[in-house]
Amino acid sequence: MTNVPLLSVEGLTMRYGTRTGCADVSFDLHDGEVLAVVGESGSGKTTLLRLLAQELAPDAGRVRYRMRDGGVRDLATLDEAAQRLLARTEWGYIRQDATDGLRMSVSAGGNAGERLMAIGMRHYGQIRGAASDWLRRVEIDPARIDETPQSFSGGMRQRLQIARNLITEPRLVLMDEPTSGLDVSVQARLLDLVRGLVTELGLAIVIVTHDLAVARLLSHRMMVMRRGCVIETGLTDRVLDDPEAPYTQLLVSSVLAA
Amino acid sequence: MTHLPQLALEDVGKSFTLHLRGGVRLPVLSGLSFTVRRGECVALGGPSGTGKSSVLRMVYGNYRCDEGAIKVRDEGEWVDVASATPRRIIALRRRAMGHVSQFLRVIPRIGALDLVAAAGRDSGLDFEAADARARELLGRLNLPARLWTLPPATFSGGEQQRVNIARGLIGNHPLLLLDEPTASLDARNRAAVIGLARQRRDSGCAVLGVFHDAEVRAALADREIDLGRFTRVVAAEAV
Repeated sequence: MTNVPLLSVEGLTMRYGTRTGCADVSFDLHDGEVLAVVGESGSGKTTLLRLLAQELAPDAGRVRYRMRDGGVRDLATLDEAAQRLLARTEWGYIRQDATDGLRMSVSAGGNAGERLMAIGMRHYGQIRGAASDWLRRVEIDPARIDETPQSFSGGMRQRLQIARNLITEPRLVLMDEPTSGLDVSVQARLLDLVRGLVTELGLAIVIVTHDLAVARLLSHRMMVMRRGCVIETGLTDRVLDDPEAPYTQLLVSSVLAA
Repeated sequence: MTHLPQLALEDVGKSFTLHLRGGVRLPVLSGLSFTVRRGECVALGGPSGTGKSSVLRMVYGNYRCDEGAIKVRDEGEWVDVASATPRRIIALRRRAMGHVSQFLRVIPRIGALDLVAAAGRDSGLDFEAADARARELLGRLNLPARLWTLPPATFSGGEQQRVNIARGLIGNHPLLLLDEPTASLDARNRAAVIGLARQRRDSGCAVLGVFHDAEVRAALADREIDLGRFTRVVAAEAV
């Protein structure tokens, strides 16, 4: 295993007019590491994800990524086609709202297989076979391959998003509150699925969540954000069991134990 | 192999600042230094509230260490937990140190045997070896086989504690941290834990533990460090 981080973020900063979206955020992420970004709404978590995904352009700072050939590239220097290829092959992005991450009028199989087509796979039977295989892996009955996600429940839609993203075996997956808005039992099942896939595939993940239990369950490291700034970072169990910053102490003490 | 130092605390200090209580500072320890060698078991002693569990948690990287250094040997290299990156501490936990905490805290919805085997796989055992070792440990700890496939959430305190012990022991780490491992166990299971811990110590593991039970302490500990001497004077009026 290499010691060069997969993702290396330095001084990432972005302002919306006078409002700070993200201020001077830096971190490294290695293969197979899961980093949870926690904080209240408006703390800059989603802005950070979108900056990482190159969907927003930073005012300052840079994101470097270790390509499959081992070369480290500043993502801002890649042309649009190269960025698009990365986004379709090497990365996944699971959105909070599945309707943003899926094509709602396209069949489940089409959703799952789209990235394969985008990277040049043309054989219909193979694409359908791979899509069906991934539907099974995310616990969606492959018999529903021709239905559109319109007819799917919230939990199924999130699982379809996961299949759609993981089909190209990405190395880095960004997740934006993947379990919010789901019933707790559905949430638990989705988390178990994600945890299993993370171990099995050795994915590096940046997961944004406001749920500290989700962070404890899935992540190795945690970053606490407030008003665009990282105010505390460290091992997940350390941050949760011995929080240092006043705001982190407030977050941890505010959790209702069931 | 034995008698080499495996853990060294140098001038360690710790306090908690409670920001939600007006920034009250609770001093725990200062100036704590000691060494634990391979093949010996050291007990942390002193009245409750002197920071015994906190020391174990600091060594494991679960609590921050404010002052000093906590050096753990990892394959010939000393790593200072107090200043190491999270990634380095995770590697240390995999290879160099096992921790049995007072309470079981695990991933929900996973059966006891799988939880123990997963801890073994984390520390580098392959699938079959982890499974076999998990079965062996749960057997020696007298956990009824009918419970093995069930998640421990509904287990009794003593049953949960034995799952916890099996998780801490399965990795064969050169350093073992035991926090009241026998607190909720009956005599038979206490004896089983003593037997397992002794076996590890005698095979060259460095053991650091908190043992309230005098019988367990007498059976395991080669010497005791009284933390009372390092406890910071708590300004009672501030608390």
